[in-house]
Amino acid sequence: MSSQLLYAFAGVALCGIGLFGYIRLDHLLRKLLAFNLMGSGVFLVMVGLAQRGGEPDPVPQALVLTGIVVAIAATALAVVLIRRYYHLSGRTTLAESGPEPKNTPKPEAHPEGAEV
Amino acid sequence: MTLWLMAGLLFTPLAWAVLTLLLDFSKGRVVTWLGILVQVLVSLGLWATVASEGGFHYLLGGWQAPLGIELRVDGLAVTFVLLTALVAAACGWHGGLYLDPGKSWHRYFWPLFWFLWAGLNAVWLGGDLFNLYVGLELISLSAVGLVALGGQAEALRAAIRYLLAALLGSLAYLLGVALVYGQTGSLSLAGVATLVSDGAVSSGPVFPLVLMLLGLALKTALFPMHGWLPPAHGIAKSPVSALLSALVVKASFYIAARLWLELGNELGSYVLAQVIGLLGALAVVWGSWQALLQPKLKQVVAYSSVAQIGYLFLLFPLTWGVAGAVSLQAQQGITLQVISHALAKSAMFLAAGNLILSAGSNKVDALAGVSRFLPFSLFSFGLAGLSLMGLPPTGGFAAKWLLLQASLGSGQWWWIVVLLVGGLLSAGYVFRIYRASFVEDSGTDHFYHPPRSLEVIPMILALLALGLGLVSDSVLSVMALPFDEGGAG
Amino acid sequence: MSTGALLPVAALMTSLLASVIIFALPETRSRLRTVINLGAALLKLALVVVMIWGVVQGQAYEVAFTMVPGVEFVLRADALSMLFAGLSALLWLLTTIYAVGYLEDSPNRSRFFGFFSLCVASTMGIALAGNLFTFFLFYEMLTLSTYPLLVHRGTPKALRAGRNYIIYTLAGGAVLLLGIAWLHGLVGDLRFQEGGYFAEMAPALQAPLTIIFVLLIAGLGVKAALVPLHGWLPQAMVAPAPVSALLHAVAVVKAGAFGIIRVVFEVYGLEAAREMGLLAGLAVVAAFTILYGSTRALFQMDLKRRLAFSTISQVSYIVLGLCLAGPVGAAGGLVHLVHQGIMKITLFFCAGNYAETLGVHRIDELDGAGKRMPGTSAAFTLGAFGMIGAPPLAGFITKWTMGSGALAVGMDWVVAVLVASSLLNAAYFLPILHRLWFAGQQAPLPEERRWGRLETSSWLLWPPVLTAVLIILFGLFAGTSYSPLGWVELIVDREVAL
Repeated sequence: MSSQLLYAFAGVALCGIGLFGYIRLDHLLRKLLAFNLMGSGVFLVMVGLAQRGGEPDPVPQALVLTGIVVAIAATALAVVLIRRYYHLSGRTTLAESGPEPKNTPKPEAHPEGAEV
Repeated sequence: MTLWLMAGLLFTPLAWAVLTLLLDFSKGRVVTWLGILVQVLVSLGLWATVASEGGFHYLLGGWQAPLGIELRVDGLAVTFVLLTALVAAACGWHGGLYLDPGKSWHRYFWPLFWFLWAGLNAVWLGGDLFNLYVGLELISLSAVGLVALGGQAEALRAAIRYLLAALLGSLAYLLGVALVYGQTGSLSLAGVATLVSDGAVSSGPVFPLVLMLLGLALKTALFPMHGWLPPAHGIAKSPVSALLSALVVKASFYIAARLWLELGNELGSYVLAQVIGLLGALAVVWGSWQALLQPKLKQVVAYSSVAQIGYLFLLFPLTWGVAGAVSLQAQQGITLQVISHALAKSAMFLAAGNLILSAGSNKVDALAGVSRFLPFSLFSFGLAGLSLMGLPPTGGFAAKWLLLQASLGSGQWWWIVVLLVGGLLSAGYVFRIYRASFVEDSGTDHFYHPPRSLEVIPMILALLALGLGLVSDSVLSVMALPFDEGGAG
Repeated sequence: MSTGALLPVAALMTSLLASVIIFALPETRSRLRTVINLGAALLKLALVVVMIWGVVQGQAYEVAFTMVPGVEFVLRADALSMLFAGLSALLWLLTTIYAVGYLEDSPNRSRFFGFFSLCVASTMGIALAGNLFTFFLFYEMLTLSTYPLLVHRGTPKALRAGRNYIIYTLAGGAVLLLGIAWLHGLVGDLRFQEGGYFAEMAPALQAPLTIIFVLLIAGLGVKAALVPLHGWLPQAMVAPAPVSALLHAVAVVKAGAFGIIRVVFEVYGLEAAREMGLLAGLAVVAAFTILYGSTRALFQMDLKRRLAFSTISQVSYIVLGLCLAGPVGAAGGLVHLVHQGIMKITLFFCAGNYAETLGVHRIDELDGAGKRMPGTSAAFTLGAFGMIGAPPLAGFITKWTMGSGALAVGMDWVVAVLVASSLLNAAYFLPILHRLWFAGQQAPLPEERRWGRLETSSWLLWPPVLTAVLIILFGLFAGTSYSPLGWVELIVDREVAL
């Protein structure tokens, strides 16, 4: 029982740290890392609670596997978007004003003009 | 037969998604339109089957829960499946004509479209908390991709913001699911409900429920967590905005509503219900107010979505602790609201796309004179606006009527104020657009006239929203059909 | 569906279909558009006449289906609906003729006539509605279809007037909806029934029913221009003359008044409303509106605005008649529905003629117009005398009937109100007549157009002349059963006897 609780608490703590970083950090890649931390925390909680009655319970472990796959897909998408955004605007945060970082690549001239 | 239909609804979109990944825009368009036809027919077939025979359960591969994937098809689910088919068909058709084939990355519209559809069907038909999570994620990722399809920095920023919000919401939901499993040992929605109502579980699952609702509310853009919606829906291409506002936000709401209806009465509290309703009311007021102020046409429509979503959350206070008949009225009203908003908002976004295409600018002021030269799209816009205002005989009015009755019947008269004032506020921004178009600019026609087919599509959707009120009784009677195992609506 | 059910639906569909077809017509097909317009109007009039014939013989035509769970959509042709339907159908025909002439060569005619037909469809629906829910449906539809007509010209003034109109009418609609929904929640779906429902009611219901009554009247009172809800009406005069004529003098305000009639007669019941003290309050509001409207009219220099305030005043005659709580008084109020419609539309047609032919909008520009436009001015004179209440015109019949009704129930102060109002009417109409006939032309006319031999276009001349003749006929033959008064007495018999 106590090991179950230990994992669950660790998971919740990771979640909390991740959440804090997610909200407070500005740099997009760091937000992404914080998200992954949160995800790991949630999975830990699920696995930790998967020891009902002393025997391992396969269902949550299967679910965690699915969840990891989903998280990988989401992270991949996020990385692609952030990278493209950086190429286009030179920014690494979502802030719309403020100084651009020093070594910015020239934003690509995009073939389409104003968006409708 | 019905089992094939159901499986088809989930797997055909996935197959089509893979297929269109390999094709360019034009070929992808043809294949998609073919697939849309198939899907619409299958959805109609399923709807007709459930209407005549009642709902049913289906276990994929014969595996029992909790190891297997459980699909439940009741009246409500099949109505939403049909709604998705109609709206997605319209948006797919419109997108094929509206998007520029010259831009090579537009070919990814098709696979993303099909993944989105697959995810939506998975949510409507799912009976298992975790598979609902998978469906939600599929929807979110596809939607984010669709938003980013615009290509320029603004679209990417909106897409990233949307992705961050969606991921946070999903994680909250997932954590809630994990905790529920920890306490009840079951992932099936019906199973958990039974355990809770039998009193087998102590009041433990309250926190997970709240957590799940929070995550889902974030994904549904409930005030004050709505910040991601206006940029995403406003900047995306019009067919994408239509899909997002009409269907994507409804998926997370659907799950939240199912959770509340099954578990809310035992696990929720009066305070929780009223707080959620209050947030909905604030969304109505705030969204309408912002819509009045926006200089760009699509932002007006996007904030209008924020406002209309607020109405949906009136379900929570109106079904907690009230008489059965009143709860039924509230459910019926909210269901009609979801359907009519989906039809009306997609019509509005598609018509707005036409108007922007013709005026060459997305500002409201650029619409001067449109009423004379492009009345058809403007008329679709106006008709759709009628449903948002809740004027008869639209579906929005039928929804408003039922919610008024529910508010009166439950004694919670304060929601009446929200319903009536909200209608007037939406009249404010709809007529704002109308006025802008009636201004006589000059007598000359300097507008681009989009092809007729582009104008017909929003008109069809708007007419459906208009006529929904007239047939609402028959629509609702199908929706009330449960599946035969006695699980609640 | 039996033929009985088909007739109300057909009457509605003529203008709905006409509207759809006209919207689809290109701007240049003006002759085809005119043909469709007039054809639909004649068809509708014919259908209404058939229904009136049937209702006289005691038949009732009805069609109903469940629209939203718990509430029905009902169309029913009974005596009261035929009164309003007949008025609308006849006046639509005349106004269509007038509008064709008035809008010749102006832009956006397809848009105009499309929404015009929708308006008439809404008015027909209001007339034929069989319960409050259906009534509300068409009531809001009327609001929406009149807005584009009001802002037709697209000028900033028109758009401002339109915005005010929408604010007033939608707010009124929200209040009305609240009343209807509340009533529904209390007592269920009630169809209109002669004699009303609340003749004997549980005392516990009395308080909410009183509040509901106030809500309903407030919601209906916006369109019926009861003070202080009348603010939209004078500004609405910026619309083209056919719009002002039919809609803001006849259809829209009469829809509000008609709604009040339905609520008092066929939901609450005359006796019940009187006992609950509701009619006394309403009578005060109506009387105040009558005097206020007439007084404001005195100070208006713009012809249409003066007529607008006159409308505000006159429509409350109908409401006041209802409050007299007796068959004679009620008859007086009801018949004014028709009489005021005929008289006011004559006046507005003439005002439009002066504006189109002579470019005259203000009263002080009317000097000597009688010589220049004798037919129009004769019609105007008849309309004005009718308003004042001179025998043997239609307006006199109304005032006489209402006066008798007031004396019969002992509300003598109403007679004083009627007399005062007639004096005020004289005060603001007689100077106009003096200018028309007896003043020489002082200044050159602002802008004159000639249309061949007649003083103005035939499209513009014959409608007011026709309605002016009707004013005389309705007054002279009021005693027969073919007149509006005869029809109204039939209605009142059925309502009050029960």
